[in-house]
Amino acid sequence: MAGPEPVLRLSGITKRFGALLANDAVSLQLGAGEVLALLGENGAGKSTLVSILFGHYVADAGAIEVFGRALPSGQPKASLAAGIGMVHQHFTLADNLSVLDNVMVGTEPLWQPFSRRRRARDKLAVVAARFGLPVDADARVGSLSVGERQRVEILKALYRGARILILDEPTAVLTPQESEALFATLGQMVAQGLSILFISHKLGEVLRVSDRVAVLRAGKLVAEAPALGTSQAQLAQWMVGQAVAPPTRRPTRNAGDVVCAIDHVSTPTGVRDRLDAVSLQLRAGEIVAIAGVSGNGQVALAELLCGVRRAGAGTVLLDGRPLAAEPARMVERGVARVPEDRHGVGVIGDLPVWENAVSERLRTRTFSRGSVVRRAAARRHAARVIEVFDVRGGGLLASARSLSGGNMQKLILGRALLAPEGENVPLRLIVAHQPTWGLDIGAVAYVQRQLIAARDAGAAVLLISDDLDEVMTLGDRIAVMHHGRLTEAREAQGWTREGIGLAMAGAA
Amino acid sequence: MRVEKRLQPSPAALALASLGAIVFTLVVSSVLVLVAGAPVGRTYALLLQGAFGSLFAWSETLTRAVPLLLTGLSAAVAFRARLFNIGAEGQLYAGALAAIAVGGLHGGSGFAAPTWLLFPAMLIAAALAGAALLLGPTLLKARLGVDEVVTTLLLNFIVLLFVSAMLDGPMKDPGAMGWPQSVALQPELELSRLVQGTRLHSGLAIALMLAAAVWALLRHTVAGFDIRAVGANARAAAFAGVPVTRTLVLVALLSGGLAGLAGAVEVAGRTSYVTLDMSPGYGYSGIVIAMLAGLHPLGVAAAAVFVAGVLVGADSMSRAIGVPTYLADVIVAVSLLSVLVATLAAQYRLRLR
Amino acid sequence: MGELIEILANGSFWVAVLRIATPLILGTLGVLWCERAGVLNLGIEGIMVAGAFTGWLAVYSGAPLGVGVVVAAATGAALGLLHALLTVGLALSQHVTGLGITLLATAASYYGYRVAFPKVSTPPTIVPFAPMTWLPLPVISQQTVLTLLALLLVPLSSWLLQRTPAGLAVRMVGENPQAAEGQGISVVATRTVAIVTGSALMGVAGSFLTLAAFNAFFFNMVNGRGWICVALVVFASWRPGKALLGALLFAFFDALQLRLQQAGGAALPYQAYLMLPYALSILALVLVARKAAYPQALMKPYRKGER
Repeated sequence: MAGPEPVLRLSGITKRFGALLANDAVSLQLGAGEVLALLGENGAGKSTLVSILFGHYVADAGAIEVFGRALPSGQPKASLAAGIGMVHQHFTLADNLSVLDNVMVGTEPLWQPFSRRRRARDKLAVVAARFGLPVDADARVGSLSVGERQRVEILKALYRGARILILDEPTAVLTPQESEALFATLGQMVAQGLSILFISHKLGEVLRVSDRVAVLRAGKLVAEAPALGTSQAQLAQWMVGQAVAPPTRRPTRNAGDVVCAIDHVSTPTGVRDRLDAVSLQLRAGEIVAIAGVSGNGQVALAELLCGVRRAGAGTVLLDGRPLAAEPARMVERGVARVPEDRHGVGVIGDLPVWENAVSERLRTRTFSRGSVVRRAAARRHAARVIEVFDVRGGGLLASARSLSGGNMQKLILGRALLAPEGENVPLRLIVAHQPTWGLDIGAVAYVQRQLIAARDAGAAVLLISDDLDEVMTLGDRIAVMHHGRLTEAREAQGWTREGIGLAMAGAA
Repeated sequence: MRVEKRLQPSPAALALASLGAIVFTLVVSSVLVLVAGAPVGRTYALLLQGAFGSLFAWSETLTRAVPLLLTGLSAAVAFRARLFNIGAEGQLYAGALAAIAVGGLHGGSGFAAPTWLLFPAMLIAAALAGAALLLGPTLLKARLGVDEVVTTLLLNFIVLLFVSAMLDGPMKDPGAMGWPQSVALQPELELSRLVQGTRLHSGLAIALMLAAAVWALLRHTVAGFDIRAVGANARAAAFAGVPVTRTLVLVALLSGGLAGLAGAVEVAGRTSYVTLDMSPGYGYSGIVIAMLAGLHPLGVAAAAVFVAGVLVGADSMSRAIGVPTYLADVIVAVSLLSVLVATLAAQYRLRLR
Repeated sequence: MGELIEILANGSFWVAVLRIATPLILGTLGVLWCERAGVLNLGIEGIMVAGAFTGWLAVYSGAPLGVGVVVAAATGAALGLLHALLTVGLALSQHVTGLGITLLATAASYYGYRVAFPKVSTPPTIVPFAPMTWLPLPVISQQTVLTLLALLLVPLSSWLLQRTPAGLAVRMVGENPQAAEGQGISVVATRTVAIVTGSALMGVAGSFLTLAAFNAFFFNMVNGRGWICVALVVFASWRPGKALLGALLFAFFDALQLRLQQAGGAALPYQAYLMLPYALSILALVLVARKAAYPQALMKPYRKGER
């Protein structure tokens, strides 16, 4: 399917961020009408590479040729003019403006005294029809669903006549069915003459959709192969550099008592991410995994159990007593919490590592006497946390924001799971919301092992994840979230992948 | 040649950058001195002499530093929690009024209570007055998301008008022959002199003790952690169990209270009356001082002495060679902006390749 | 009540309303342009002082009134450029930078005034703008040409923001700068232009005080009008038309309190009436707080290409 002359040629692209070598002399070619998948684990350099291609960053060394002509670096304007379009992982859309505004901005010369909106509207309609991506041009972007917003993001590129389209982890926010629709769209784009650069870390998808696969590891291009004839195991090995063993999960012993009972809980209407008469029972010594596309109520469920959101109706009982929306009491009730947003909620970035390690426990007698902090005791505990949980970085006094993603997550885990010496509060419930998002394979395995260990020690674990593989690997019981409603939590063996996918789309 | 961000903060870089800020400030103010037609060297010499050149000069500078220290602490505490209290000027005046209300010679007699009771009561009333003024805007911010910068600013004007009304009416000094000033403070409540023959009063000791107390609070107490956490990331702080609204209220009480105390200390130590011009912008200067000190309570003391020196020195210099005293305000404002830039510059390293 | 009707029926009242509103319209439009692009410009108070001073000084030195206005605009633009350099170029705190510029501009203006006029007891005067008596419209014919300019700038700003590609770029930059950058727009350039334009308007607002409303430069002349403009922008939901409405409403109450004072005798101390504008501004902010649709990127510093 690849044409004779490559439409895109990257030669020796190198990029450093301080001491980190994000891209190391990467050379790639993209043929006309080809779908090239760029594969690699988090931190391998995929996003950096395409950001350079699109002009968000300037490469330290190397050259890029588009349709045979050299591409000026660091200017999105030049990349756009050369025919490159990008669908970002986190959509670059202005919520308060309309679809048409978002698509039109920057397409007309700034000195022009009139905006030709009618012409733009017609052109958008033509493009949308051509690629089968219907949108309402006057809708406010903030009111659209995730799938619709991705359509707008794609249309932005197609409207500008992109001949090369970069998609950065496009299926991260889609149900399996929506992903299928996207793949069909990709097929149509190729039929219309586009060439596609598709970034993903999902092996199955990559083999399905692409013609060729290029694998990045630690900034270097380590392998290139046609999709046909390559196995997932081979891809995984290239990605990691060695054979990968998934975490082993011993089958559950008989799950113990009910630790946490959620009974017909609803959260107030009008808020986007909400719960609708959700019931669930979490038992000691078992992992309940909640599957679902982000935005269907997972945040509400996690916040409910973390004590950050109040239930509008229904009850939440922990060990028989009501669980109040008071984060300060969570530690003494034996609840360990791992929030979704590491940087923005999990740690207080400007404060040092040691203060973050004890932030939830400062009000306990171990770490404060009245209103005075016991600094020595706090630092001792923090030192234990970073030792036991292998948190690497600048040490106790470094600011928390200086830690890498994986180390930050280990700090958060350690803070939640490690009890101070002399304290006897047993861990009853662990709430883990997307705990492995954005981590490299090593860190992912570490986190998953910690969750399993906590389960084996008798805690009830609630795992919320949009990674279907993780849900199926770790969940003793699985439930699926859709539009605020939760399916019944069945034993893992009672679910098929297709079944979960249908439930994620609300069709089960 | 390239600029890249440092991984670890470097004290040497910060010192160098601060030096650059000082030099830049001197250059800009030199230009203004030239515009006034005065000799640059002599102007600065007179300024330094007026600020630090004699025991008397030092006493004047330190006297001026007292309210600046307190408003500086007020701003530092508030800004640490990301509560942008620009209302210290009004809070200062409110505190001064409250001090006179409690301790003034009303009708010639004053409250008949022993001094050891009246003196702390006066200070507490002043602190409460300042705190009350800041509480409203703080709650509006916490509950309704109203930006506190504009509300505290606008309150300043309202408070000053209120003070003016009080000085024209209920709190007017009967013996002042029409000049708008309040009744005087009872003499027993006045602060004692630290150095005889000068205006330097024990308010300096009070201010320094408060600076140490604020430092200890921020560093060693749970409340201090709460304040820093809320200022750094309120959402993450809430997740960790910090009571955000309660902390903001505490910050409002502290910050407003410190500014109110500045007013009381000025009345009890320097003026004995409340007048409309008793504060030439101490509230706003406090913000500059807090920024210059990097929001550090002990640094506030040093920055307050610096700014006081500039103000006092400029007064003295102006009397001698006529360069307008507003030069001091320009120096302070340029210092603020250049220190901002310097702090940023110290985070980067120049790589020659 | 009867006094109220009397006041409202008097034509000179409405003339005063428009006159008081003019610097507020100009200042609010100035803040609006900055904030639509995502930048809070707290330098407005100082820029208005500087504009008042430099515009007046130019005219005092012999320049025609129009040139005075241009000088004031240029002063505002220069201070705006400084603001942009620090907040957009260096991504420094917008709050602190703005306050610093207010302090600097005010201090420099007072310094300059004292250097130029060291020993004057009454401020020296100039001949201000004359009313446009050649215009056959009521109320407006008593206004100066600067008021007409302010009124025309409202629909112009609205049209620029809503109907031109440049205006869309400004709005995009204030909502999502990454999105703007991804569409080939330079966030730094767009924000800088918006800030400089807005600050020029603020300078003109200041010059209105010395070249039209009064004929001399006083200390404490601006007296918080800049801050009131910042509050009015929120009240106006960042729309030029509503900004005009807000300014007129505010000026209405301000003119009213002055006349009520004169009519009402000594029922309340005069200070109570003077407090009204500031108290109203706070009230306005509180009323719209819940529904305020901020430009989403307002006050968030933008750093290009940084990890």
